[in-house]
Amino acid sequence: MQKDSVLEMRGIYKTFYSVKALQNVDFTLREGEIHALMGENGAGKSTLIKVLTGVYSKDAGQVFLKGHEGPISIKSPEEAQKAGISTVYQEITLCPNLTVAENMYIGRSKGILTNWHKMNASADKILESLGIPAKAEQQLGSCSIAVQQMVAIARAVDMECKVLILDEPTSSLDESEVAKLFRLMLDLKARGVGIIFVTHFLDQVYEVCDRITVLRDGQLVGEYAIENLPRVELVSKMLGKDLDDLSEIKSGDEEAKIGSEIVYEADELSSVAARYPFHFSIHKGEVNGFTGLLGSGRSECVRAIFGADKVTGGKVRIDGKDIHIKKPRDAMKHGIGYLPEDRKRDGIVGDLSVRDNIILALQVMEGFFGPISKAKAEKFADEYIKLLEIKTASTDTPIKSLSGGNQQKVILARWLLTNPQYLILDEPTRGIDIGTKIEIQKLVLKLAGEGKSVTFISSEIDEMLRTCSRLIVMRDGKEVGELSGSDLTQSKVMSTIAGGAR
Amino acid sequence: MKIGVDKKTRRLAPMSDTNLLLTITIVVFFVMYIAAMLFIGRGFLRVQTFFNILNENAALIILSCGMSIVMITGGIDISVGKLTALICMSAAVNLDYHGGSVMTAVLLSLAIGLAFGIVQGALVAFLDIQPFIVTLAGMFFAKGMTTIVNSTQFNVQNEAFVALKNTRIYIPFLGSVNRRGVFVPAYVEIGVIVAVVAVIVLFFILRWTKLGRSFYAVGGNPQSANMLGINVRKTRFLAHLLCGLLAGIGGFVYFLHVGSGAPSHATGAEMNAIASSIIGGTMLTGGVGNIIGTFFGVLSLSTIKNIVSLLGLDDAWWTNITVAAMICIFLVVQSIVLLRKNKNS
Repeated sequence: MQKDSVLEMRGIYKTFYSVKALQNVDFTLREGEIHALMGENGAGKSTLIKVLTGVYSKDAGQVFLKGHEGPISIKSPEEAQKAGISTVYQEITLCPNLTVAENMYIGRSKGILTNWHKMNASADKILESLGIPAKAEQQLGSCSIAVQQMVAIARAVDMECKVLILDEPTSSLDESEVAKLFRLMLDLKARGVGIIFVTHFLDQVYEVCDRITVLRDGQLVGEYAIENLPRVELVSKMLGKDLDDLSEIKSGDEEAKIGSEIVYEADELSSVAARYPFHFSIHKGEVNGFTGLLGSGRSECVRAIFGADKVTGGKVRIDGKDIHIKKPRDAMKHGIGYLPEDRKRDGIVGDLSVRDNIILALQVMEGFFGPISKAKAEKFADEYIKLLEIKTASTDTPIKSLSGGNQQKVILARWLLTNPQYLILDEPTRGIDIGTKIEIQKLVLKLAGEGKSVTFISSEIDEMLRTCSRLIVMRDGKEVGELSGSDLTQSKVMSTIAGGAR
Repeated sequence: MKIGVDKKTRRLAPMSDTNLLLTITIVVFFVMYIAAMLFIGRGFLRVQTFFNILNENAALIILSCGMSIVMITGGIDISVGKLTALICMSAAVNLDYHGGSVMTAVLLSLAIGLAFGIVQGALVAFLDIQPFIVTLAGMFFAKGMTTIVNSTQFNVQNEAFVALKNTRIYIPFLGSVNRRGVFVPAYVEIGVIVAVVAVIVLFFILRWTKLGRSFYAVGGNPQSANMLGINVRKTRFLAHLLCGLLAGIGGFVYFLHVGSGAPSHATGAEMNAIASSIIGGTMLTGGVGNIIGTFFGVLSLSTIKNIVSLLGLDDAWWTNITVAAMICIFLVVQSIVLLRKNKNS
């Protein structure tokens, strides 16, 4: 082990369902550094972290930790915690039925008894110092997802850890929360803690990290100091190929499409989740987007279109005809497809195979009395696995063993198979690597080129600017502007979101 | 007006699901009991009626506490009824045929309960077998073992035991005046004391010990609990062990109340224990529940049965239908309250 390193992993191997998730991966974390672990989806970042924290057992390899003689073996998250490795996972791994304070202290406090008074007091102190808007006595389940994530971070930070792992902690945080988190990370770094930071946001990597380790397809590409690795090189190393010129993917004639025939029109559409009624129309063959900050109502809006939230009023017209959409099945029958924001909750059926997940929507459309033959299903699945380049061992593999990006592609395949006239994609690129992002963007433009309408929602504005020909801007649950053509610039979108006033 | 109310409620820290359900249970029990006093009167006006409910249900309270703990961790134990019968029979045989003392009978009861808890807990926790299946097997095993120990019913004659069984603990200053104008003090049996102590101790364990909080964490989300550094297997094992031990205690208390061994003893006690836990605000999905709630759950269940029988609807099916209705109402109320609450936040 080198002198200044706190953690070394040597020659790690891990295989799932005959997919080689990690092959001979080395990783070194030094004292007081923020080390980005980068790679596409399925590159093995999460697997490496779960091996380190004892969630998965490794097939081969050694782990060394500062203060321990020889290789150590961590068999459970409990042991990892005791060894000084604390982790914040992408998914919330807290108990919703316990209080905020309990979630911060359970599993790591000493003694047999719980001192509620002391625990609540110190939890409140930490919450306050980190500016987390939650009370110690509050039940965790009553907090928003972002606050829950911050609580998880607060827990990890409060532990006397040598290694802090942040596995995509920023995906549910807004800008000011991210800024808070970064201040915290720099503070910990100054105290000599080694931080492993996994994220898809390149800006964030270049803002706080000292060093980058790149993985690709379960193998180590290399370890670099941040100043020696410009962004373009990082991206090409992650992808293993030169990056397509992103600005080229949008065709030039989108101006002509605006003003063409209206396929979908909502008049005063309201739902239980939405704060104000929506009013908008969707044109044939366009890619439009709903943009706005987190919580601006963009997801609620599209959920109302699809009937995913209970619709409480308003009129909806498709191709000029009045229709009623009460539940997702109604929407599907009218040729609307919806890729939900939270794929874990609303999208995938984890234990079903990739094939079954792909044909699921089609099966619902056909009705359960017209079963799709296995051969036909197999054909569809093969076709889309090839078309979308889904990385899976076979069509029979359970979808939960696929990486996030590949799960997303499977759900996309599911909707494409139903041949929808209007496809809603809510954050289809969240938590997905750049290569897949570009593929999805290209696919969206291709669908629009075929005369289909697509609504594309993303929290990354530049991604929406690249893909959409019209943007509906939302703020605080209301539509506040519509941008198209030459107005589609970053600054214009920003100022519309901010309401024109600074 | 309305806005003012909203502001006020927002300032209060929101209640946890567990406390909310507990409050509902306690309120419902008191409303029901007071309504019975007002509208039915008769026996409900006598203090002893309340204490008789306790006397009759001391064993069920203890069994239900064990059930609640297992349910809080997300499991279930359907063996406790037949286990109680086995314990009664074994203790009875020990006392009358093998020259045992009260002490050996107590130890035997605890040992049997603990043995069931350990074996069932190990199967559930370390071999990941569904608790329902494991305890179903346990139930059949206990049923079979009871008849092997002794196949017929008999009353225990052991003097020390009978004396203990008939011991009445009088409650100071409480009681009622009978027809002849004599003051009759209210009393409880020893089992009630055991049950109350068990409730208090378990309430303390669930609220203030790390083990107790681990039960809730594991029931809330086992994967998360694992990530938070809780030993999920050990916690599940201990929940079943505790449930087995409580079945041992509850079994002896039952024995002490009936004073006999019979294969038909405590038939359906596991179902009553589950019903009481649910009425007491324990959720079958795990992670939510309270021992005090369970205590009131048993009392509510028993009170409603008493009300039904005092109304002259003494057929078994009336009782069953009332209990069914009561569980349904509780489940519906709980779901509505939780749904509303979670929607608001």
